[in-house]
Amino acid sequence: MNFNPALIVPELFQFLLILALFLQSLNDGARGPRVEKWVPTVAALGIVATLASFSASGMMFHDVYRIDGLSQFFKLVIAVCFFVTTLNASHQPTLAEDRRADYYLFLAISAWALMLLSSTVELFSIYLALELSSYSLYTVISLRAKEKGAAEAGIKYIVFGAVATAVALYGLSYVLATQHSTYIVDLATKSWAWADAPLAVVGLSLFLAGMFFKLALFPFHFWCPDVYQGTSNETATFVATLPKLGAVVILVRLATFLTPGLEITTILAWLGAISMTLGNLCALAQTDVKRILGFSSVAHAGYVMVGLVSGTAEGLAAATFYALAYVAMNLLAFWVVSRVASDGRNLHLNDLNGLYKRAPLLAFALGVGAFALVGLPPTVGFIGKLFLITAAWNHGYNWLVVTLAINSAFAIYYYLSLVRHAYTEETVSADAAVPDTSAFSLVGAGVLSVMVLALGLLPSPVFEYAITAGRGLFH
Amino acid sequence: MNFAFPVLTSLIVFPLLAAAGLCALRNEATVRKFALIASLIEIVLALPLANFQFNGDFQFVERMSWVPQWGLEYHLAVDGISILMIWLTVFTLPLCVLCSWTGIIKRIKEFHFCLLFMTSACIGVFTSMDLVLFYVFWEAMLIPMYLLIAVWGGDERKYASIKFFLYTLAGSTLLLVAIVAFRIAGGTFSIPELMHQSFGFRFQCWCFLAMALAFAIKVPMFPFHTWLPAAHVQAPAAGSVILAAILLKMGTYGFLRFCLPLTPAASEYFAPLMIAVSIASIIYGGAVALGQSDIKKLVAYSSVGHMGFVTLGIFLFNPRGVEGALFQMLNHGVVTGGLFMMIGTVYERSHSRDIAKNLGLGKYMPAYMFFWGLFSLASFGFPGTNGFVGEILVFIGAFNHSLLVGLLIVPGALLSAAYMFRVGLKMAWGSPSSATKWPDLCPREWAFLLVPAVMVFYIGLAPSLFFQMITPSVDKLLADYDSRKVAVEQTIHTATQDAATGAWDAKRN
Repeated sequence: MNFNPALIVPELFQFLLILALFLQSLNDGARGPRVEKWVPTVAALGIVATLASFSASGMMFHDVYRIDGLSQFFKLVIAVCFFVTTLNASHQPTLAEDRRADYYLFLAISAWALMLLSSTVELFSIYLALELSSYSLYTVISLRAKEKGAAEAGIKYIVFGAVATAVALYGLSYVLATQHSTYIVDLATKSWAWADAPLAVVGLSLFLAGMFFKLALFPFHFWCPDVYQGTSNETATFVATLPKLGAVVILVRLATFLTPGLEITTILAWLGAISMTLGNLCALAQTDVKRILGFSSVAHAGYVMVGLVSGTAEGLAAATFYALAYVAMNLLAFWVVSRVASDGRNLHLNDLNGLYKRAPLLAFALGVGAFALVGLPPTVGFIGKLFLITAAWNHGYNWLVVTLAINSAFAIYYYLSLVRHAYTEETVSADAAVPDTSAFSLVGAGVLSVMVLALGLLPSPVFEYAITAGRGLFH
Repeated sequence: MNFAFPVLTSLIVFPLLAAAGLCALRNEATVRKFALIASLIEIVLALPLANFQFNGDFQFVERMSWVPQWGLEYHLAVDGISILMIWLTVFTLPLCVLCSWTGIIKRIKEFHFCLLFMTSACIGVFTSMDLVLFYVFWEAMLIPMYLLIAVWGGDERKYASIKFFLYTLAGSTLLLVAIVAFRIAGGTFSIPELMHQSFGFRFQCWCFLAMALAFAIKVPMFPFHTWLPAAHVQAPAAGSVILAAILLKMGTYGFLRFCLPLTPAASEYFAPLMIAVSIASIIYGGAVALGQSDIKKLVAYSSVGHMGFVTLGIFLFNPRGVEGALFQMLNHGVVTGGLFMMIGTVYERSHSRDIAKNLGLGKYMPAYMFFWGLFSLASFGFPGTNGFVGEILVFIGAFNHSLLVGLLIVPGALLSAAYMFRVGLKMAWGSPSSATKWPDLCPREWAFLLVPAVMVFYIGLAPSLFFQMITPSVDKLLADYDSRKVAVEQTIHTATQDAATGAWDAKRN
């Protein structure tokens, strides 16, 4: 067993954070510095720790744990994302005082598990990391004052998660039985055609269900809008961003042997197409901002599939880049949602009325986020979509690319209605949400907007990294 | 010809900087003055373009790598097709600022922000030589235009603005796919490089259709025109001016820049369809305009008709037709822009766009009626005005093409005279006069109406400068088109032969 701590600095750092949080949570968080003050700071240090081991590479734990370009890329994104979500959660009005340490503890565990997930290259370890990241979220989702909706959302998430992971485990047994290995590296050498190994194809499809659940891909998307709506805005920020990264990284690793033309790849393509269309169409009818974003997540899960089914390093890099884009856009959108609902309520579209006057910068940030989610230039949403389309064109799934393009037209209506309410509706009702216009809120919104725009204007350094990582997967 | 000073970039960046500077201002009057000065500086920045050489080459080229992994470039240039559009855009901006001086009373800062942003995006569209860069500007322009209609528009602004956004975005989604398809097939996003490649006929057809949908919606061509009257009627005067003068031109510019050079065989194949749709636009736009009681709607439908002349000219594929199309693009920008400014002017007095509420202006507002009459005459192509030059060229092109096409558009030209006279008659001599207490044009209004009025005469009486600008590019475009159309037709021929032999072989085995 080759253990080299230098390779897993980010994970170790995060683990120390978890230990510290655990100790503080023993006493209802009453002792020691206030948890919402120090956790974001430490999370920021976590980004530094991740950067320190950014170029590490190697294998560990009997080759089930692979540190490579892809894993380090995702760990960095997870670390940044964890930092933003903890910062976002530090102003959470609907979280009881004595639960704060536990809350952060579970968030930290989930993020840690996702870091593990980005390095695991063996199906059982993938499964374990996946469960670890889900279990901690089950708890967190219902932590929203005394709202029954949050409890319902928590139960929904557990039931869905339990079923999805059970299905995944069941599928895993088929894969093991037929292909005699659970190492991705071995699996990549096997045939995955239906004619050669039907049971293995069934098994892998079922195993993927676990990822689809995390990613909220059709038909495992039902929880997504409900959970976003039920749980607090800040928790929804976490659920909407980090777990998707974990799912994408595994799908990217598995996609190395899902070449275009295989039945299972076609299934992925179909699920992607249905997911994006269904997500966008369902979102049209929503008036709760978080439900809109929930269905938008479903649609975006479908978009990622476009890169995955292309079977090229460019495609995987495009999917990786799009995962980053997705996370950046959603962090921005949820940041605005959390800040506008300063009393922790669920935002209705009408709560956004006249936002341009009440909080100009938040309104601008919301506009940037919404247009990025549609895929309008010059945001990262556009450039991500362009990469997906370019990578996937002429690899057997052109119809999927066309579906993706047409979906932008469906999507524009509901994203535009966010902007419309913020910029053109002038009548503000008396009980509308009062946006938080403190420096904290505005600086956060500004920095995230700049990130979304900057990644759209100058994507090449990041993409260069993603493409190197993608090529690394193919050796 | 390469200039050290990045003229085109400065034209794109300066409005953005000015828009950013606008955010720092507080006083409303200062905002207007600032925007006006910025728009005048923009004209000064465009002056180096006077060095434009009268040949068909791409000039003022700026080219650098943007995203090397995917071959995206920041590549700007102008040629005879785009230079007029750039001048049009640059000169429209100060007029827009001036004509909304008193008409826009709320959220003034944001309004001028949108105008400046819009200008930047428009220049970007007309100068981009990289397909993706073009798409970036093409889409970026939607947002300020949406806001112009949705915030400062009339009573039904919500409906009109969403319709505008949905229509245009839906049209351009497949444009992106076509752009990517070109990249995969041709290995580059660069338009000048793609212009020298030949693509398969089927490929061209699909790409042509995807692009034509986007451009036809933008132009707009019948039957995709329904967003235009709604958007025009609801938009504020400046919004209508930009929409008419610049935005609609992007569609026809797209046909000239993309469809003809990149998909020549498909353009040839679909030309009868495009000509038919253009004629339908001309007749339909004219006929519907004749029945309007709302002045703005009338001018909006007349735009459909006039833009029909432009698309018709383009798809005639002869020099007169394409030149006429380019002239019509410029003329329509000048004249319809002028008409919309006039409607804004009279709206500030009558607060109605109804013809019945704007009767008998001739006696009380003679200067106003002079300009209205002038633009009306130009609009239906009266000799001596700029409209005549464009229309006669398209007519020559049409009759050169076939007698039938020429005859079919004659009623369109008659209709435009009919509806312009109808509304002009009522506005000048209708009684009882609603203008008894209205003041005639103030100096500011004189200022923004004189510019298009001068252009009407200048283009109408001395069009040679413009011919010098556009003719080399048009000739080059058509020569290129003719040669490649033939090349592709040969490949189609061999491809069908190959397919036939292939099928025969398959059968035999």
